Amino acid sequence: MNQKDFQAIYMLWLRQMKRFLRSKSRVVTTIVQPLFFLFILGFGFNLAVFPGLQGSYINFLAPGIIAMAILFSSMFTGVSVLWDKQSGFLQEVLVAPVSRLSIVIGRTIGGATIALFQGLIIMVIAIALGVPIAGFQGLVLTIIIMILLSFTAVGFGLIIASKMRDFEGFQSIISLILMPLLFLSSMFYPVNESLPGWLQILSFCNPLFYMIDGIRGSFTGVNYVFDPLVNLGIILVLCIVIMGLGTYFFNKSEA
Amino acid sequence: MDIIITENLTKTFDGFTAVDHVKFSVKEGEIFGFLGPNGAGKTTTIKMLTTLLYPTEGSASIAGFDILKQRAMVRENIGVVFQEPALDTELTGRENLDFHARMYGLPQDKRKKRISEVLTLVDLLDKKDVLVKNYSGGMKRRLEIARGLMHSPRVLFLDEPTLGLDAQTRRAIWEYIKQLNKDENTTIFLTTHYMDEADFLCNHIGIIDHGKILVMDTVNTLKKSVGNDVITLSCSNNDTLQKRLENETWISNITPHGTFITLGAERGEEKIPVIFDIARSINVSISSVDVRKPTLDDVFLHYTGHRIREQTTEASGGRVRMPPAFQRRRRP
Repeated sequence: MNQKDFQAIYMLWLRQMKRFLRSKSRVVTTIVQPLFFLFILGFGFNLAVFPGLQGSYINFLAPGIIAMAILFSSMFTGVSVLWDKQSGFLQEVLVAPVSRLSIVIGRTIGGATIALFQGLIIMVIAIALGVPIAGFQGLVLTIIIMILLSFTAVGFGLIIASKMRDFEGFQSIISLILMPLLFLSSMFYPVNESLPGWLQILSFCNPLFYMIDGIRGSFTGVNYVFDPLVNLGIILVLCIVIMGLGTYFFNKSEA
Repeated sequence: MDIIITENLTKTFDGFTAVDHVKFSVKEGEIFGFLGPNGAGKTTTIKMLTTLLYPTEGSASIAGFDILKQRAMVRENIGVVFQEPALDTELTGRENLDFHARMYGLPQDKRKKRISEVLTLVDLLDKKDVLVKNYSGGMKRRLEIARGLMHSPRVLFLDEPTLGLDAQTRRAIWEYIKQLNKDENTTIFLTTHYMDEADFLCNHIGIIDHGKILVMDTVNTLKKSVGNDVITLSCSNNDTLQKRLENETWISNITPHGTFITLGAERGEEKIPVIFDIARSINVSISSVDVRKPTLDDVFLHYTGHRIREQTTEASGGRVRMPPAFQRRRRP
């Protein structure tokens, strides 16, 4: 890594910011869609009784919605490499005298910035809706987990992008991979002994579970399964592995 | 010094060999042209040389750096203008150039100066703050060329640089390529399927077809190899006439091309009556005849056995030099 690589990281970051802010529909959708979930599900299930649920349902749901917004946004950033591939712009980036690693870092930081921005907006709205905060330390920990979640999702997106030629398969990836991950993540209902054993096992196999559990534990301080710091440890390992794989696959792909 | 050297460079895609054991070298400071029809393997070669594709076999070096082992150093020394657009359409023209300049580590003062320089050159200065998605096809192309020139590389790769441009812009770009080559001693490797482009710009050309280099030499030597004058004939019985003419010592390179025959000769205009006499003596009637100085078209036809495949693009002015009678009878 030298100065040129940092310059490249900055430039790739700046490009993402400009593209994001210029695409008004994307700004609106990525913020409005999680809000639909938060409001409709939050108030719709407010009176439902879940075994082991403490406090109101919206307090339980909000951390999951924050994670979901970050997940979608970051994955989109990773997969949008495909866009660059199709438009030819990827060649321009790949032929530049900068390391592949800095290209991946630039894209990841760019994606993470956008995702974090969206996550924070949902967070503020959740707080305004009366979701309690566990404290300042909890808030800092939440943001750290949010950043790691975002990095992991960009890496995951990069892996998918390297395996796909075009956007045809994108819809099936959302319904076959993303949806089950979300349903098994404890986002919508608490994971505990009241569930069938297989469902619990599947949940514990789901990387997203630890992210949402971690955000819930650090942000609201209730309803979590593992200690937020344990979750953080698991997430850190996951993040490094997935980012490493993402970089590897990105390196190997030819323009 | 040879700035580009390739050694049996080969690329295979799922059993199809796009580039087949290509071996050539380019001297520093020259303009080298790869001439061939679409699908001949020109772009694949450029992609391997610019580290975007891994060769299946063989290797190459650019400015002394190996394209497999010293990829970063290769990229340091090259600039590329791709055949297909490689712009970010959500950014403005200026932003695209700025992105490029920073990726290549140009300092700020030089960045500003160079951006207005290259934009003036391609006549886009007044459009610099317009989003590229609102540019026309020609404007995009010009912006790409401007971008390729931004960082004054040692070797500049131009993949079909004037594809889709109007005659006026082509001229301007040609002049600039020549100037850049002279002023900054930039070695230029370009691919084209326009004969006039190769003729105007290149010192050396390599003719490539079906992934193989058929011949490589200076433009003048190649033209001379076809003959001082090229005579094109069409007659009632091509085979008979050809067999008879093959005995004549003043004829070089007599080649059948389906409906017509080409042959090379000194002072071709004086040979026409001779040919007519010979034809009459063997009862062959000549329906059409043409004499001219050899062009790259003839060179291409001579070495590949066919004309460059028909292109549907514009700006092909000056490429077609066959008399009308022959154009209609071109082989597919």
